[in-house]
Amino acid sequence: MKQWKRFKDSYFLHSFKHDRVAIISFVVLLTLILLSILAPVIAPHNPYETASIDIMNAEMPPSWMEEGNPDFILGTDIQGRGLLSTMLYGLRLSVMIGCGAVFLQAVIGIFIGMISGYAGGKVDSFLMRIADVQLSFSTLMVAIMISAIFQVAFGVSRYEQLAVPLLVLIIGLAEWPQYARTVRASVLGEKNKEYVEAARVIGLSSTRIRWRHILPNTMSPVLVISTIQVANAVMSEAALSFLGLGMPITKPSLGSLINSGFEYIFSGSWWITLFPGILLVVFVLVINLLGDWLRDVLNPKLYKR
Amino acid sequence: MDHLLEVKDLEVKFALRMGDLTAINGVSFTLDRHERLGLVGESGAGKSVTGFAIINLISKPGYISGGSVIFEGKDLTRLTDEEMRHIRGNLIGMIFQDPMMTLNPVLTIGTQMVETLQAHMNISRKDAEQIALKKLRMVQIPSPEKRLQQYPHEFSGGMRQRIVVAIALLADPALIIADEPTTALDVTIQAEIMELLLELCESEGTGLILITHDLAVVSQVTQKIAVMYAGKIVEAGQTEDIIDNPLHPYTQGLIKALPDGRNPGTRLNQIPGVMPSLIDIPPGCSFHPRCSIRGDICRHESPALREIPGYRNMAACHMLGLKKGQPEKDRTK
Repeated sequence: MKQWKRFKDSYFLHSFKHDRVAIISFVVLLTLILLSILAPVIAPHNPYETASIDIMNAEMPPSWMEEGNPDFILGTDIQGRGLLSTMLYGLRLSVMIGCGAVFLQAVIGIFIGMISGYAGGKVDSFLMRIADVQLSFSTLMVAIMISAIFQVAFGVSRYEQLAVPLLVLIIGLAEWPQYARTVRASVLGEKNKEYVEAARVIGLSSTRIRWRHILPNTMSPVLVISTIQVANAVMSEAALSFLGLGMPITKPSLGSLINSGFEYIFSGSWWITLFPGILLVVFVLVINLLGDWLRDVLNPKLYKR
Repeated sequence: MDHLLEVKDLEVKFALRMGDLTAINGVSFTLDRHERLGLVGESGAGKSVTGFAIINLISKPGYISGGSVIFEGKDLTRLTDEEMRHIRGNLIGMIFQDPMMTLNPVLTIGTQMVETLQAHMNISRKDAEQIALKKLRMVQIPSPEKRLQQYPHEFSGGMRQRIVVAIALLADPALIIADEPTTALDVTIQAEIMELLLELCESEGTGLILITHDLAVVSQVTQKIAVMYAGKIVEAGQTEDIIDNPLHPYTQGLIKALPDGRNPGTRLNQIPGVMPSLIDIPPGCSFHPRCSIRGDICRHESPALREIPGYRNMAACHMLGLKKGQPEKDRTK
């Protein structure tokens, strides 16, 4: 109750209420996430259930067009699945993979960045060279290697079942240096500030100084790149899906849906690409707008304007 | 024997590419319980380094290369990191120059205070908060319960320095090292903070080392003064002796340089020249290029801090205490 009251009186909520962009972004994001979580309940069809899919329904335009069918509001894709339902399920997968991968990136990157920046010297050079090496492999290369190994080791059918955690792992491993570099740079700036010295004078252990005093001060850039990284992760996942290394077509994510429709865009079936595309753009945009607003609010140094 | 703190021949060096640089060169002083010492000198004289050396927190590439710091019978230069951490913030508190910088901007005052206590005592959050409240009241922060929940940016400069003082006092330390605690504050707040510090030290019986270049502040607060120049103590003694009757030409220069209001409009006295850079400290007495009474011996022999016959102060100067008639052959212009 006390916490709630503090939250109600906080600058955080105050600034939120006075920022129309933030409110709209938040509402849209919340709606999208709710829709994706509740997809099995809300969606008019289940795109994963092969029995209910009729290939005769393939490439139907949206319902308001001439050949449209009121059953499929946004039309159907090339396999005859209702596009709206497929998009909802796809968004769900994209959100899961995006957030999962970013979480993994953040955990690895923040840990390594903090150690590297705080220790300095040889440890720093060593870890940062590893990050450079990692960055010089593109996400795709890492993904191709890992999934090739995985498919040989476990077989293709297992791969389809484990695609989601595998993608999280691949994208997470490929992009951690972004976090590591950002955190390291901030730590380098923060560790020489007087409050760190003061914390040492107080007698705190260096572990505590690192994670409790320096880390929170490095969080605003981390927050900002997190939003970019979620978007990037969703994009990476789409690219991987396009190459047949991502989500299988039986379980399409937003990315694979866009890509699958891309082949048909010139034969007139523009909706298969357009609607998931719009959804993806809105999703990413809303996250970025919220991230910007958060950066302004959560940084106490920006309070005094 | 029973000093609270005894610094003996302390030597601090900085390892640089061109060789070791001596920042502190054989500093010795003692401090008893309830005693207040002022460490005075120009910027770069080694005052702050001395303060950090006492709590063994010289940052790289600096290191303590010699001497000892005996605090309550233990040599702090020989303790392990773990043992030293128990002393910092617990038995020795430290206050820095700039209160804007020494508080972590993203943690509430309460968190920072509780954390300090919990680092040294096995204590619940609630109990720690009670102690924090008590200390905040001691430094006269109004409505401390509310203030505990606030972040450093919600306080004014003077308030923040009070909080820094409160944090230094949290664990009831035996000694506080205050490194220019009022330099970043305006004059009225300065007086307030100094008064507060003095009061608290007196009522709690805490020893104080006040590092400053402000002779006026030192003369009001401390009982003893040590004047530092280029990494050495050049004069030490009781506050009133040093202020009223300085012996070392450097101390004399410092005191003459104060505006006394007697001749408004005239230029202030100043000591000619600047303090030598640590890279090339002149041989002999490091003050001799600026000294008005230097002799030949000053050029090649470094004077030791000694008692000067007929005076109560200790000073490091060859030219003091010479009998009349004797010095003429030594003195050259």
